Amino acid sequence: MDVIVCVKQVPETAEAELKIDASGKKIEKTGLVFDINEWDDYALEEAVRIKEKFGGTVTAITVGPEDSDSTLRKCLARGADKAIRLTDPKFEGSDAFATAKILHSVIKTMHFDLILTGAQAGDDGSAVVGPVLAELLGVPHAAMVKKIELGEGKAVVNRELEGGLEERLEVKLPALFAVQTGINEPRYVSIMGIRKAMQKEIKVMRLSDTGLNESEVGESGSWLKIEKLYVPPVEKQAEFLQGSPDEIATKIVEILKSRGLI
Amino acid sequence: MAEIFVLAEHRQGQLRDITFEMLTKARELAEKTNAELTTVLLGKNVKESAKNLTEYAKKVIVVEDEKLGSFNSDAYLKVLSTLIKEHKPALTIIGHTSYGVELAPRLAAAIGIPLATDCIDVAFEGDALAVTRQMYGGKVNAKAILRKSESYMVTLRQAAFQAQKPTAPMNGQILEVPSPLTEEITTKRFIEYVLPPPGGVDITAAEVLVGIGRGIKDQANLPLVEELAKSLGGVLACSRPIVDKGWLPSDRQVGTSGKTVKPKLYVALGISGAFQHVLGMKNSDLIIAVNKDPKAPIFSFSDYGVVEDLFKVVPPLKNKINELKSQKA
Repeated sequence: MDVIVCVKQVPETAEAELKIDASGKKIEKTGLVFDINEWDDYALEEAVRIKEKFGGTVTAITVGPEDSDSTLRKCLARGADKAIRLTDPKFEGSDAFATAKILHSVIKTMHFDLILTGAQAGDDGSAVVGPVLAELLGVPHAAMVKKIELGEGKAVVNRELEGGLEERLEVKLPALFAVQTGINEPRYVSIMGIRKAMQKEIKVMRLSDTGLNESEVGESGSWLKIEKLYVPPVEKQAEFLQGSPDEIATKIVEILKSRGLI
Repeated sequence: MAEIFVLAEHRQGQLRDITFEMLTKARELAEKTNAELTTVLLGKNVKESAKNLTEYAKKVIVVEDEKLGSFNSDAYLKVLSTLIKEHKPALTIIGHTSYGVELAPRLAAAIGIPLATDCIDVAFEGDALAVTRQMYGGKVNAKAILRKSESYMVTLRQAAFQAQKPTAPMNGQILEVPSPLTEEITTKRFIEYVLPPPGGVDITAAEVLVGIGRGIKDQANLPLVEELAKSLGGVLACSRPIVDKGWLPSDRQVGTSGKTVKPKLYVALGISGAFQHVLGMKNSDLIIAVNKDPKAPIFSFSDYGVVEDLFKVVPPLKNKINELKSQKA
């Protein structure tokens, strides 16, 4: 089984306070910690598990700036055999559609049995790259995948629906699966793994290596152009309880008492 | 006359809520742009649903086929690309649901029209289409413009629009279209639905829930919040990351992919408030949230907010509640 995993490096924002930069179209990146997109982390783990079970190779591929190397190193340390970074100033401003085209230009020349992507990314949350890439490659796909069982020439997958329900599908291979979080438990990386990963080469490719022309990538090759970012208007705001933790606790107890909850 | 398509979403014989939410937004857009509102229903034995939809749209296009008996994105893709190429709707609206997420991007790429996903607002500005979508887990909104096209596609976020019936039924006309599916779909095949095994605790029946999220940091911190829940006479619930990590079973998950709850009290600890979670708990009677980030979206859905490290607030809170209870006893 040769598996390709598409990954993206994103800022960790769950517990960070975000600021919009002077252009009004991006967030201020300084001070943020970057890591592999959470969904991709599960996709990577799944790819490595498949390799461990069936043999074959895992190739991690990303479209992003130079510093995405830290995410690719993580992939290599976890068990990926090869890493490819697609970097070019002309790629800047690419949305999910343009990104899928860039990935396609390289993946179409490679051998694969399976492609795994995250179901979405924590930054733009589009959930578009995987299914579009599958369409460009002409292979079947499934999204929101929570379980993969590989068979001869086909796979049976569980897809997450709403309200706790799942559906099981049989999908012909080669295929692309966009993986939902919780499909597995991503492993920690060993020191050995990190050391070995440092010695592996990351292949860098530019626009000229892709066969795409300039108008197909970046903003001109995108479906979407961001006009502005803004902090969502607050429709209702909580009444904030102030004071020391002890004073706050007392205030909460008073509220609960007045509501007959304790 | 321009046309707006809404793809009716249904499962196991039931039209889903998102269908009526999309139809409500589409009606507003159709009125503003003087377009005709058409809903598209694909399935097998869906006459009853088709009749229901005539109240909400001017036209109901129905395609019935054995191969559309359960959702199959490849079958849907073939039928919809035929219909879209023929009708050239100015806009096609699909739900940002598990079905929509699997279908829409591939469909848009196959037809060659631009798509914006997970939109919380959509508006025509002349012949351009502007959308509002959220980024970074709902901490930032983005206004974006789609690449100029004669035909656009969007997916709408669940519960972003409140479903409303038209003031008068629209008496839509049902248009039965023969299925363009001539061959079997061999790429993928639906097998069955899988329901999670029933767990020990029913969080939908609890009067008090202590919901925990990423801010809990470590599995070792679970006993602390578990004790708080016990002091309050409630049980622990959680957001998605906690289930993904395997710290709580999936029947404790609140949100779109978990349960919808409406307790008398919901205490949100270290939950940022991504919409997927909020949709499952925002109708609780009283919501108190503790989070370190003053701009966490959860505070927009809470009655009371505490901007503080939850590990500083939970111990004194638990002690004070226990004290009070022992005084009463």
